[in-house]
Amino acid sequence: MTALSKEKIKEFEIKANDIRQSIIEMLVEAKSGHTAGPLGMADIFTLFYFHILKHNPKNPSWADRDRLILSNGHICPVFYASMAHSGYFPIEELKTLRKFGSRLQGHPHREYLPFVENSSGPLGSGISQAAGMALADKIDGSTMLTTSGSTSFDKAQDKMLTTSTKDRYIYCFISDGELDEGNSWEGIMFAGKNKLNNLIVIVDRNNIQIDGNTEKVMPLEPLKDKWSAFNWHVIEVNGHDFNALNDGVLEAQKIIDKPIVIIAHTIPGKGVSFMEHDYKWHGMPPNKEQGEMALKELKDMAFKIKNA
Amino acid sequence: MLNPKLKLNPKIFNEDVEQVPIRKGFGIGLLKAGEENKNVVALCADLVDSTQMNLFVEKFPERFIEMGVAEQNLVTVASGMAAMGKIPFCSSYAMFSPGRNWEQIRTTISYNDRKVVIVGSHAGISVGPDGGTHQALEDIALMRIIPNMDVISPCDAIEAKKATLALAKTGKPAYLRLAREKTPIITTEETSFEMGKAQIYWMPDIGLTQVGIIVTGSLTYRAILAAKELEARGIKTKVMNLSSIVPIDVEAIVALAKECKAIVTVEEHQVNGGMGSAVAEVLAQNYPVPMEFIGVQNLFGQSGSPDELIEHYEMGVPSILAAVKKVLKRKIS
Repeated sequence: MTALSKEKIKEFEIKANDIRQSIIEMLVEAKSGHTAGPLGMADIFTLFYFHILKHNPKNPSWADRDRLILSNGHICPVFYASMAHSGYFPIEELKTLRKFGSRLQGHPHREYLPFVENSSGPLGSGISQAAGMALADKIDGSTMLTTSGSTSFDKAQDKMLTTSTKDRYIYCFISDGELDEGNSWEGIMFAGKNKLNNLIVIVDRNNIQIDGNTEKVMPLEPLKDKWSAFNWHVIEVNGHDFNALNDGVLEAQKIIDKPIVIIAHTIPGKGVSFMEHDYKWHGMPPNKEQGEMALKELKDMAFKIKNA
Repeated sequence: MLNPKLKLNPKIFNEDVEQVPIRKGFGIGLLKAGEENKNVVALCADLVDSTQMNLFVEKFPERFIEMGVAEQNLVTVASGMAAMGKIPFCSSYAMFSPGRNWEQIRTTISYNDRKVVIVGSHAGISVGPDGGTHQALEDIALMRIIPNMDVISPCDAIEAKKATLALAKTGKPAYLRLAREKTPIITTEETSFEMGKAQIYWMPDIGLTQVGIIVTGSLTYRAILAAKELEARGIKTKVMNLSSIVPIDVEAIVALAKECKAIVTVEEHQVNGGMGSAVAEVLAQNYPVPMEFIGVQNLFGQSGSPDELIEHYEMGVPSILAAVKKVLKRKIS
């Protein structure tokens, strides 16, 4: 794997820090919303929006773009902040989060904000939607799209599922908590069956959900084994290590016969010491004072990164 | 008499009238839609033959996706495929889809504005012997309350075919309600079908109409039989086929109410929230008249033959006759 340069990593660290500051500012202004998940996913979003994704913020509907499906819509502050910082819309607009008339709905709505691929909020449906997109791409890449009906069913199906358009990927970001949902596992089983190697799922493995630790609420472990048993290629990485994440995605893109899941271990509330690892910050916004404390920490960190 | 303009089946009242399951028309229509547009894809939750997708599967195996017994996945995968330009038809029994996957339909299809057609087969009490667990009597209500969702309930196999072809072209999310049992053929290839248009299938030979009967789906034939019998007894009715429940033909419904000043609705569905409720919503706001509702009265079904059940739950011809007489008495002259 080609390691990212030190300059690149520094650039990403600064971006992720900017995005975290925006997350805090928008949540303080909105007075409601989710804090821990967005902060924890800021590094992953940064790497995708500024390095991995094939996209064009100036032409969001570019047909050949990669698709990014956000399954757990409640972490949209990091989604919106990443889009604003990469040029989809003005950063100022982030302050409208959750307000009447805003394009930045409490959970993303595709029709309000057209750069969003899917409306989401109710959990557990993202993998299936992404799998449907990946399958559609496979069908379009197939040379068997004839109306002759002359081939046998098995041969035709086989062809449909093994042909791949490798020129774009369907990425799907999900939370660990939403793996409680049956719909998630239906989608996982389906993608495994159909060998959707153009589908790459990133699990935000932060171990928290609203009622507490995921292993207390509804144990997910052994999580890696579960995905493997459903015929997925499983990669585990530190979700705050840009090099490891990047390597993970590069490895995923080389897999030819399975869908790929990257279990990214993250720290909920990452970057703000009094929020880290505390499940109470799942669905709570910082108040004005807490926001100022958080911003001070983040700004101190930005100063350190820039002067390292 | 049958509305001569609509070129309905002239053999409709023969003993040996041709009978075809409504779902069969969907199967033929889907095959044709697949031939017309290569973006049409079919998804099924382990019920290919019973939902009549087999014709499509044989001709277009590379555009058929077997989903297994997983209805939530059925519609969410369909949403993803629609996002990439496909036109997915996803079929199961109405009891399971939309019965089990309602929120996924609401969020990932309607709210998300993805053009997916949800096909609910084996709807209504006439599934018969399978019993109450399999008799979808709530699906019209479930689907018509979701914004951005058309709801179509064809009266026979020919109309089902036309509806399927129309739904492949509308560009909107839709629900297509089908029934299992053989149903007499009412329409012909020449009979028009249009989304959002209600049509008068039966009308008096001469004289003024006293009661309007509005019917949807598999009971349309029974409603016409009832109208014929009423005519013989000197009661003049019109029978309106309301196969397009959403969008609903407000103009035609209000015109019928103004003409008759008494309405009976007939459907193989709970009275609560069904097609009759949709008609009542229209009339209460535009032109209130006395109404009677034929349908299941807030009950679950049970095992039995389709005919036994339709009679038992008071949806047969005698019940329609009684409802017409009752509404006539309530009429404000």
